[in-house]
Amino acid sequence: MADHKDVDQITGVETTGHSWDGIKELNNPLPRWWLWTFYASIAFALVYTILYPAWPMVNSATTGVLGWSSRGDLAQETAAANASRAGQLEKISALSVEEIAADPDLRTVAIAGGRAAFKVNCVQCHGSGAEGGPGYPNLNDDAWLWGGQLEAIHTTLEHGIRYASDTDTRVSEMPAFGRDGILDRAQIGDVADYVLTLGKTAADPAAAERGAVVFADNCAACHGESGEGMREVGAPALNDAIWLFGGTKDDIVRQVTAPRHGVMPAWGERLGETTVKELTVYVHSLGGGE
Amino acid sequence: MTDKTNANPALDGARPELKADPVARGILAHHGKIERNATLLLVLSLLVVTIGGIVEIAPLFYLQNTIEKAEGMRPYSPLELAGRNIYLREGCYNCHSQMIRPFRDETERYGHYSLAAESMYDHPFQWGSKRTGPDLARVGGRYSDEWQVQHLTDPRSVVPESIMPSYGFLLNADLDMKDPAGHLEANQAVGVPYTSEMVENAATDLRAQVDPDGDASGLLARYPKAVVADFDGNPQRLTEMDALVAYLQMLGTLVDFSAYDPVENQR
Repeated sequence: MADHKDVDQITGVETTGHSWDGIKELNNPLPRWWLWTFYASIAFALVYTILYPAWPMVNSATTGVLGWSSRGDLAQETAAANASRAGQLEKISALSVEEIAADPDLRTVAIAGGRAAFKVNCVQCHGSGAEGGPGYPNLNDDAWLWGGQLEAIHTTLEHGIRYASDTDTRVSEMPAFGRDGILDRAQIGDVADYVLTLGKTAADPAAAERGAVVFADNCAACHGESGEGMREVGAPALNDAIWLFGGTKDDIVRQVTAPRHGVMPAWGERLGETTVKELTVYVHSLGGGE
Repeated sequence: MTDKTNANPALDGARPELKADPVARGILAHHGKIERNATLLLVLSLLVVTIGGIVEIAPLFYLQNTIEKAEGMRPYSPLELAGRNIYLREGCYNCHSQMIRPFRDETERYGHYSLAAESMYDHPFQWGSKRTGPDLARVGGRYSDEWQVQHLTDPRSVVPESIMPSYGFLLNADLDMKDPAGHLEANQAVGVPYTSEMVENAATDLRAQVDPDGDASGLLARYPKAVVADFDGNPQRLTEMDALVAYLQMLGTLVDFSAYDPVENQR
């Protein structure tokens, strides 16, 4: 082809030989570095498809010479992370929550792990400072529905409360005294006044006196004669100023009429034994642990 | 020279400069044939695109390892399907993904990574890539029904830093799934294995799932692991809140991971 070189007179650049209406196209090739980068990219792509999963074949795609997979990668990464905590994780998984809490080093580790797990899984209901909210108990105080000992907290965390898909979940149900017609409206009003006096809140004394009888007949079995509550059935204490669903007379009447029941998921299966133990020690350390 | 040029009929009528060019007489001359024939150009372009498409898409339909074997997946119950429709209608997917990627930071936060099998009855799937809110692939059973209702009604009452809008109106909107069986049949048409028994009982199953006091044995036989509850806390009404919460409480709970072999399914 060298003998047919056609050089443009004005620019001195070779033309491609293409000509339309007498206009010729200059042949300015791509810079050499660009071309080589381009060829190198093609070569890289070919090598890459051999090393990593790529080509679809008849029954499955090629798996690549390196045997890499995203899920295998994750398994390795998780194993490495666990290996870096190997001694601690094994101890936490082998020991009981009481033993973990008694060992100062292990307790520190468990609290750190528990705090992280709490931030991810628990704050949505119990609040970022474990302060609770309407319907969700405060975990910093020493009022416990189902018990504040390590073992009790552990059971609650592992199996949840009224969590239908866990057979060992904590269950109790307060009757709907109003909705199911066990008490009439006047009786419910009276007993609400009495419950207010238990918590040292001002209430109508006459109504409270009538309510005391209603309370003794219907409520004391679970909430205790003086409203001290009963942890075996998760019945809250009524003789303090801590209220799960509100402490005004209206709130109490609503709760006696058609009670709300808190539900807590079972975390044992979801988070695993080690994390649940860490969470137990963390929650216990928040201030109310017994 | 003239003889040589005439040897290539594609250059008939071309300008003499072009006829004189050796390159033009070679490959380019044949290319010229395609460029001058619109129909041929169209047919060949189509052929190229078709080959590209077949190579990229077709393997996904026949390769056995694109969907792993997972126990427990079942088509959605009518109520869950209704909830899913509300999820789509309200555009939840604009802020929430349903795809836990196989990275440690994601599995630590959300749980086991999502399997392809888990979205095989989704038309369309809800993987998404936008996470203004958290991933929802395994939100089922993570919170109580009451929390879900409270959070949908007033997100900031439970998560103060949330920027999610309120969906409280769902509590007052009666669920209007005009033809539950029709929805099942539509999914059937695109490959979801709803049986004729499921289609026949669609309207009954829709009601049965929000009635914890009723007989849900038929529903549970057809849709194992379906959660039966009065989701919105108002037993008198079947609302859109019931449907949406039923859908959320199902998400990510169907696959039985005790029967799942992670090594076998590494890819």
